[in-house]
Amino acid sequence: MSLTISGEYRVINLQLSGDGFVPPSTKDFDLPPIFESIEWLTKPVLLVFLSVILVSVFFVVSARKAAVVPSKLQFAGESIYAFVRNDLARDVIGPEFMRFVPYLFTLFTFVLTNNIFGIVPFLQFPTMSHVAFPYVLAAFSFFVFHYVGIRKQGLLKYLKEIAFMPGVPKPVYILLTPIEIATFFLVRPLTLSLRLFANMFAGHLLLLVFILGGEYMLSDPNLLMKILSPFAFTFGIALTFFEFMVQCLQAYIFTLLTALYIAGALADEH
Amino acid sequence: MEGTLNLVGFGLSAIGPAIATGMIFAAYINGVARQPEARSILQPIAFLGFALAEALALFGLVLAFVL
Repeated sequence: MSLTISGEYRVINLQLSGDGFVPPSTKDFDLPPIFESIEWLTKPVLLVFLSVILVSVFFVVSARKAAVVPSKLQFAGESIYAFVRNDLARDVIGPEFMRFVPYLFTLFTFVLTNNIFGIVPFLQFPTMSHVAFPYVLAAFSFFVFHYVGIRKQGLLKYLKEIAFMPGVPKPVYILLTPIEIATFFLVRPLTLSLRLFANMFAGHLLLLVFILGGEYMLSDPNLLMKILSPFAFTFGIALTFFEFMVQCLQAYIFTLLTALYIAGALADEH
Repeated sequence: MEGTLNLVGFGLSAIGPAIATGMIFAAYINGVARQPEARSILQPIAFLGFALAEALALFGLVLAFVL
C-alpha cells in the first residue's frame, strides 16, 4: 500500500517544474485516491477511519482492566475523560451535564486525534483541513443544541426566545431580531466549522511553506542558500510545536463552544 | 508570483478581530488575576466573546476565497 504523502508529492512536482520555487497552494490539499480503482478512498478518508479505530481501541483497552489503583494507561484515559466531563461539561452546562458527556467526549477525542494527525510523521495531514469534515461535525452540534432547546422549552417558546430576547426595549427588536436569528441559524454552525477548518488549513500550509522552502534552499546550487536552509528547517520545527498547541486548542474550543450552545439552549432565558 | 489581492485585503481585515481577541483575553486574564475564584464564570463568557470576534475574521477568510 502506498500512502501518498503530500511532501513526496510536492518533491515530484518541484523536480518536474525545474526552475524556481513553487509556493504551496490549495492544490496541495487535493490528494489523489490511494488506489486508482476506488475513487472515494483518499488520504483524509483513511485518516478518519484510522482515528475512529485508534480512539475506540485506546479507550476500550484503558478501561478494560479498571482498578482502584489505576495503571498508567487507565490514568491517561481517565484524565482525558475527567477533563471533558468536569472542565467542559459540568462547568459550562450545569446540573444536567451528564446527558451530554458522551457526545462532547466523542467530539473532543475525534477532533483532537484528527488534528494531531497533522504533525504525526508519515501521516502529516490534518483531516479537518478538508472542509467537509468540520461541516458534518458542526451540523451534528447544530442539531443537538436546537433539539435540546426545542425539547426543553417547546418549539414556539424556543423560537420566540431566540427572535425576541426578553428584557429589551421594543424598538431595539428591529435591529436585534435579524441579528439573533442569523446568529443562531447561520453564524453559529458556519463559524464552528470554519474556525476548525481555517486553523488546520492555515497551519498545514504554514508548515509546508517552511519545510518545502528549506528543502528547496538546500537543493539550490548556490552555497549561501544551502547555508541558510537550516533556519527554515528550525522555523519549521518550532512551528510544528506551535501547531501542536493550536491543534489541541482547536479541539478544546470546538467542544467548549458546543457545550456553550447546549447550555444556552437549556437555560430558561438567554 | 501568483495569488490575488483578496488575500491582502483579508490580511488587513484580520487586524480588527486580532485586536478584539487580544482585548477579550486581556480582560479575561485581568479578571482571573484579580479574582481567581471567578474563573469558571468568566471562562465561558470570554470564549463566547472570542468566538464572536473570530467569526468576523472567518467571514473575511470566506470572502477572500469566494469573491
